[in-house]
Amino acid sequence: MVVNDDTLLARAREIAAAVTDPELPVLTIADLGVLREVALRDGVVEVTITPTYSGCPAIPLIAAEIRAALARGGIAGAQVRTALAPAWTTEWISESGRRKLAAWGIAPPPGAGSSRQLFSEEQPACPRCGSPRTERISAFGATACRALHRCLACREPFDAFKCH
Amino acid sequence: MGTTSITVVEDPRIVQLLRRADDALILGHRLSEWTGHAPLLEEELALANIALDLIGQARALYQEAGAAIGHTEDELVYLRDVRAWRNCLLVEQPNGDFAATIVRQVLFSAYADPFWRAACGSTDAALAAIAGKAEKECAYHLRHAAEWLVRLGDGTAESHRRAQRALDTFWPYAGELFACDAADSAMIETGAIPDPAALRDDWNHTLDAVLARATLARPPEGWMQSGGRVGLHSEHLGHLLAELQYLQRSHPGAQWW
Repeated sequence: MVVNDDTLLARAREIAAAVTDPELPVLTIADLGVLREVALRDGVVEVTITPTYSGCPAIPLIAAEIRAALARGGIAGAQVRTALAPAWTTEWISESGRRKLAAWGIAPPPGAGSSRQLFSEEQPACPRCGSPRTERISAFGATACRALHRCLACREPFDAFKCH
Repeated sequence: MGTTSITVVEDPRIVQLLRRADDALILGHRLSEWTGHAPLLEEELALANIALDLIGQARALYQEAGAAIGHTEDELVYLRDVRAWRNCLLVEQPNGDFAATIVRQVLFSAYADPFWRAACGSTDAALAAIAGKAEKECAYHLRHAAEWLVRLGDGTAESHRRAQRALDTFWPYAGELFACDAADSAMIETGAIPDPAALRDDWNHTLDAVLARATLARPPEGWMQSGGRVGLHSEHLGHLLAELQYLQRSHPGAQWW
């Protein structure tokens, strides 16, 4: 069967974009902004991903899942490349990604990039009751990209996506 | 991978990559020693997270150095003897009590943060790419350690005493962060790394702001320790490497999977 390059590429892109993050299974790597490019080089599909954090332990698993998903879709031998630059930022999380995070109980990151302030930072709104009155319990949570917060209105603790 | 120690041929770029990588890996390893022993659960997660960032930065740097000289990142970590390590003496100092770990982290992060921010504009594409990740991470490592130092310094009489003692103990190791030898100069001239002298104002500004809030006294400037950048380490690094390299030396070529 002869497949036109554009069709192959569109199909590869669709499959790669649907791979989910192993630590945030409600989000696809496209939602997160981890998927950077799907290209065709010398007839081989090459997918470029970028780590959220330098030490992100999910990257080898994401790469393996992309290759497996493509193979299941009939695209064998795909290459997955990791690129550090440009550096990932939470601004790359899509609007649908932000909605999925909030629905799953994780406060999406505030819009602006990393804070440079030593002793102050913006507090996220509670993903359960929506109150802006929240406080940080710890800047570090269950995964590299999350922090622990507590809502002062409904008293529920919640995870917040760190601004990065 | 055999057990025979490797000797790395060091041009200025390799020296620089190893100095940055060894700083990050050794400090990351030290922080990971807190896992299971941290004073509270949130801090256990925090120290492990910071360690993960640092080890991630180190891996990217080792991969870059290794690609240029024909070694894998694992060979560079598991098969170099102590005299071939290029980290500063500060990061290899033992964890001590929690105050000591926090003081060491503030002294280092207040330097790493402006270093990587400036290195984002490096003429070396690989260093610039790594800097783009590292500068964001080091900024919150610094914030976390600074918040703790304020809490400890401006806390109880006992926490204040311990924080001041750690600051006085580690202060002589801070000078090495700003040292500059011929290998550094060669990289500064090509615009690959920032001049460490230019980072001193930033570091001083951060330290003064944090120490003032923490009600801690800045130790007087005086004689500074050095040697780590050329492989003359304190006895502590040998013990750390004995643990870090043990498995690979005993079971040559062992793989995680």
